[in-house]
Amino acid sequence: MTSRIKHFPGTSLGEKDFDEGKVLFVHDELKADYAWDTGIGIGSYLAGLKRGVILGSYCAHCRKIVVPPRTVCEWCFHPMNEYVQVKDTGMVNTFSLCYVTWDVQRISEPEIPAVIMLDGASELSDSSVIMGGILHKLGEVDPQKVHIGMRVQAVWKPEPEREGAITDILYFKPI
Amino acid sequence: MSERVAIVGIGWSGFRPGTPDVSYKEMIYEAAVRAYNDAGVDPRKDVQSFVTVAEDFHEGTSIFDEYTPDQLGAAMKSMHTITGDGLHGLATAVMLIRTGRFDVVAVEGHSKASNILTPDAITAYAQDPVLNRPLRLNTHFVAGMEMNRYLYESGADADACAGVVSKNRRNALKNPLASFAADFSPDEVLGGPSLAWPLGMHETAKSADGAVVMVLASEKTSASLTDNPIWIAGIGWCNDSPSLESRAWAKLPYIEKSARMAFQQAGIKNPFGEIDFAEIDDTYAYKELQSLEALGVCGFGQAGALLKDGVLDPAGEFPVNVSGGSLGVGHLLDATGLHRALEAALQLRGEAGAHQLKDVHVGLVQSWRGVPTTSGAVAVLTN
Repeated sequence: MTSRIKHFPGTSLGEKDFDEGKVLFVHDELKADYAWDTGIGIGSYLAGLKRGVILGSYCAHCRKIVVPPRTVCEWCFHPMNEYVQVKDTGMVNTFSLCYVTWDVQRISEPEIPAVIMLDGASELSDSSVIMGGILHKLGEVDPQKVHIGMRVQAVWKPEPEREGAITDILYFKPI
Repeated sequence: MSERVAIVGIGWSGFRPGTPDVSYKEMIYEAAVRAYNDAGVDPRKDVQSFVTVAEDFHEGTSIFDEYTPDQLGAAMKSMHTITGDGLHGLATAVMLIRTGRFDVVAVEGHSKASNILTPDAITAYAQDPVLNRPLRLNTHFVAGMEMNRYLYESGADADACAGVVSKNRRNALKNPLASFAADFSPDEVLGGPSLAWPLGMHETAKSADGAVVMVLASEKTSASLTDNPIWIAGIGWCNDSPSLESRAWAKLPYIEKSARMAFQQAGIKNPFGEIDFAEIDDTYAYKELQSLEALGVCGFGQAGALLKDGVLDPAGEFPVNVSGGSLGVGHLLDATGLHRALEAALQLRGEAGAHQLKDVHVGLVQSWRGVPTTSGAVAVLTN
């Protein structure tokens, strides 16, 4: 291509040309189904959600709690065998207002994903800290009023409807 | 640059058709803890770089390298994931150490095959989307066609292929890691259902779950870590053109070239005479015979006779897949090459237990990425 040539021979293409098969292409769809073994750590976490509690695991060596629980501490590589219950309240660490959905539809009322720093670490010991928080969505809130540092609490599905999934928490709302 | 690289730690977990009790991360952690303990290293302090092998479609997670550090003790460390076989990972770790920048490197591979509910659809996605996939053929057809042309040109017969299945599944009886050990006669193999004629169902390895972790070290560092280093004396890898239209169906030129690369490094001129045993591809039974010939262990068309003469048996002159191979142990997807290296390392350490061979010093390991690929790797291990 060069700026000296002003007109190129050829035919312009429109959506119709594709629909009518004038442009050749191959379409295929993948059938990829998986069933992931949740294992010990995540399995315990999901079972906890079904009961309405949020579990983390505690490393006595690092005095750190991670949510969800894991079997190994990523900082010191020791086993994390102690499960601890953290609270379903916390503080917004960061959030976003999303105007495009999972399946790429534009929406006027945004979805609000957030990382929430959960409460409860200090009850374990003075120096314990929760590393990170829980990733979820915010609800029952004016998107324009959401702010970093906002206090929120989990809104749970009614117990009979819970199935041991991250969606057993519907969203977090301001308190 | 000339410094040798040793395997100083090995660990594994799983090796069952299903592992519903653990997540893939927990399975990898188990293998990693064993490998680090075996090497006497702390991954947070002593391991400087990590290499993992994984195929996104097998994991069901794209950009899978994001999901590998924590269970290996590799968070915030130099690490990367290769979409290749475990032997490609091993080769990469060797190169990392040879740069002189890293003394201790860990390699990880795993299979959670039981979690893939549509494995044939996943494998079909390895076919060319424009030229081959629209024909809607189960990808095992590639093995059926390869076997057919291999038997035609080499003169090997169906009995020899069935003999491979029988040998490997019987060998597996002595291997506690093996999921598909059986006293299974060649007649039973041939009497089974057909998959892609001439290939039978029983001549195809079933998949298993498992994880393998290895710790590699430079020669200098290995001296302080172990009295029993297993040297990676040579390692080579090669890909042919992927074309199903024009590949050499009867032979495996990419394995021939991988072997030349590994043998040149290891100084091996006469594989049959200088190598004591082999753990090689038997994803499909005929592959063991075809691979042996490509590796130069015997001439083209001679492997079937070696099998029938008992040369490839554990008590034979050139034992092949004493572990049970993929037919006996189960195919571990991307971890398959590492599994074979693990078995060879155990043999060379004298830790293979009931299937230990006597007086072995040089082991040959070879792997293939499966249909429809022409991707292979070869390693020579010594003690």
